[in-house]
Amino acid sequence: MPKLQEMAKKEAAFSSGHRLCAGCPVPIFTKMLTRVTDYDIVVGSATGCLEVASSIFPYSAWKVPWIHTAFENAAAMMSGVETLHKVHRRKNKTDKKIKCVAIGGDGGTYDIGIQSLSAAMERGHDLLYICYDNGAYMNTGIQRSGATPLGAATTTTPVGTVVAGKQQQRKDLTRIMIAHHIPYVAQASIHNPVDLSNKIKKGIEIDGPAFLNILSPCIPGWRIAPDMAVELAGLGAETCFWPLYEVEDQNFKVNYEPKKKLPVTDWLFTQGRFRHLRDAKWSHLVQDFQTRVDQQWDWLLGRQAATK
Amino acid sequence: MPKTIAITGNGAMAEAMRQINPDVVAAFPITPSTQIIEDFAKFVADGKVDTELITVESEHSAMSACIGASVAGGRVMTATSSNGLALMWEMLYIAASMRQPVLMTVVNRAISAPINIHCDHGDSMGARDAGWIQFYAENNQEAYDNMIMAPVIGENMEVRLPVMVCMDGFIISHSIETMEIEEDQKVRDFIGEHTALNSLLDTDNPVTWGALDLHDYYIEHRRGQQEAMYRAKSVIEDVSMRFGEEFGRKYDLFESYCLDDADRVVVAINSVAGEIKEVIDELREQGEKVGLLKIRLFRPFPYAEIAQALKGCKIVTVMDRSTSMGAYGPLFSEISNALYDAEAKPLLYNRTYGLGGRVMLLDDIKDVFKESEEYLNNGKVEKMFDFLNVRGG
Repeated sequence: MPKLQEMAKKEAAFSSGHRLCAGCPVPIFTKMLTRVTDYDIVVGSATGCLEVASSIFPYSAWKVPWIHTAFENAAAMMSGVETLHKVHRRKNKTDKKIKCVAIGGDGGTYDIGIQSLSAAMERGHDLLYICYDNGAYMNTGIQRSGATPLGAATTTTPVGTVVAGKQQQRKDLTRIMIAHHIPYVAQASIHNPVDLSNKIKKGIEIDGPAFLNILSPCIPGWRIAPDMAVELAGLGAETCFWPLYEVEDQNFKVNYEPKKKLPVTDWLFTQGRFRHLRDAKWSHLVQDFQTRVDQQWDWLLGRQAATK
Repeated sequence: MPKTIAITGNGAMAEAMRQINPDVVAAFPITPSTQIIEDFAKFVADGKVDTELITVESEHSAMSACIGASVAGGRVMTATSSNGLALMWEMLYIAASMRQPVLMTVVNRAISAPINIHCDHGDSMGARDAGWIQFYAENNQEAYDNMIMAPVIGENMEVRLPVMVCMDGFIISHSIETMEIEEDQKVRDFIGEHTALNSLLDTDNPVTWGALDLHDYYIEHRRGQQEAMYRAKSVIEDVSMRFGEEFGRKYDLFESYCLDDADRVVVAINSVAGEIKEVIDELREQGEKVGLLKIRLFRPFPYAEIAQALKGCKIVTVMDRSTSMGAYGPLFSEISNALYDAEAKPLLYNRTYGLGGRVMLLDDIKDVFKESEEYLNNGKVEKMFDFLNVRGG
C-alpha cells in the first residue's frame, strides 16, 4: 500500500488554484488519484461542487484527462470511455492500461445518478466510482438529498416551529452498492489519509467495478468553521455514523473500530445544521438517529464476523 | 457489385451499422427502433463487427455512453425512437455542443401522451434545435444511403457535429422493400478511418472536456457551433456528390419532383412523399401542373436553395407530421422563413397530418391537391392551418 511520504513526491491529479471553498476537504482525495497508483487515469465528474470549482473556462485544475457532461450520468459517460479503451486494447491501438474514475457528490450519486451508477456497476465496467458524500445538494445551495441525515437543516428542510429539519433517515448507498456484488465496495473518510489512499488505490487497480463512498464535510452546508472538516469527519468515524469499512468479494472488513464508541450527539452538536436538535422538543429525533447508527454498526460487525 | 435485397428499414440501418463497423454502440430498446440493435447485437455475437455493444439501462445513458466513447476518440452509433429520444434530450445538446460526431438512427414515432407506437415526426422535430445535423428519408434506400454518408459529414474537420438519420416508424422501419446494399469494402473506403480529436484517452496530453463556461465565453462557443452548422451544408453537398459518383444514387439537399413548371407544390417529409409522387404522376397525366419538394436535410435548413426551387410556383401546401402546440408546424415555419425574401410570394398554408400513425391514403393526398386548386382559383387561402383526415375536422 502507498506510503504517504512516497505519495507526496508524485504529481497530484488536481492542482491548486481551484475554486472550492476554503477548508473544503474534497481536494484531499482528488490529489491522491495519481499519487496512489502508477496507472494512467482518466476522470469524469458529475455536475456538482467539484466540477464547477475545478473547470471554470479557460482554466482547469485537472492535470489528468477530465470530462464532465451532466449531473446524472457520470457512470454512464465513463462506461463509454472505459469501453473505448477496451476497444483500443483489443485492436492493439494502445499498450497502455488506463484506469477510469468517475466522481460525483451525494446528489449526483445517491439521487439523480443512482440509475446510471447501478447499471454501470451491473455491466461490470473497469471503473472506480467515487462518491463524496457531504450530505446535501451543496453546489446549488444546501438542499436536502437522499444522503442528508435525519434532522439536518437544509434550505429545503428548514427548521420551523412544527418541523425541525429533514424528517427522514438517509439511505445507505454503500449497502446498496454491496448488493451489486461487485469486486470492491468501501467507505472511507477524508480525515484518515492512510485508509483513504489504500482504498482509492484498491478501487482504481482492482479489475472491474468498484465503489468508494467518502465522507466529506461541507463548511457552509454543515455550518462549521473552515478548519473543522477533518475533525468532523473523524467524529463521524468515532461515533460510528460513518464506519470505515470495505467489502471485497463480499468479505467484510471494518477498518476502524473505535475503542469507545462516542454518542452521536458529539458529532451532531458540533455542527450548526443540527443545532436545533439540542432543544428537548426534538429529543426523539436524536434518539432515532442514535438507534439507526447503532443498528448499522451492529449489522456491520455482524457481517464482519460472519464472513471472517 | 451492390447486392439487391429485400429488407426492412430497420434491417437496412443495421446493415449500414455493420458496414460502418463503429467502435462502440450504446443503445436501449424502444419500439419501433429495437430491431436495429437486435440485428446489430447478432452481428456482434457472430463476430461480424469489431464493435463493443453497451446495453445501457436508458436512452439517457445510451447517449451519455456514446458521448464518453466519442470524446475518448471512437466512432460511435446508436438508435432510438419517440420517448427514448425525449429522454436523451439533455444529452443531445451536450453531444452537439461538445462537437462529437455521434451517429444515430431515429425511427420516427409519436411522443406520449397518449402513448402511441406509430409514426409521426414529433420526436425528431422536438430535437431540431439540439445542434444535430438532421436527415430525413423517404424509404429504406434513402435511410441507408444517408447513414453511409453520415460519418463522412459529421466527422469532417470543418463540421464535427452529430448526425441524426430519421425514417418513418413501421411504415419504413418494418416494411420490406427492395434496395441495394453496397459492397462492404466500397462502403468502408468511402467512409474512411475515424480521426480522433483531443482524445480523452490521450493521457500524455491531458485535456479538460465539458468545462464550466460563463457569460465571458459561452456565446462565442455557441456561435462557433452555429458556424459549423452553416459549413456543414457545403460539406453535405460535396459528400452527396461523391456518393453519387461512387454509388450512382444522386442526392441534393432536398428532392425536387416535377417542380420546374409546377404551379401547385406540396412540401413534405419522409414516407408520405412516395404517395404524393404517385398522385402527382396521375394528376400530371391529366395536365395538372403539380409538384413536390421533399425535405432531405432539415438541419442545417437550406433556406436559399429552397426559396430558389419554389420560385415561380403559385401555391405551396406544407405538410407537417408533427405539431408545435400554439404555433404553425415546424416545417411550415421554415418554408415560410425561406420564402420571406422571395420576389413573387406564392400562397402558402399549413396542413398537419398523420399524427400517431393516422393513415394517409392516395385519396387523401388527392384531396390535398383539390384544396390547393380551389385556393389557387379563388386567389386566397381559406384556412392557414388545419388537420387532415381527422374526426370533427
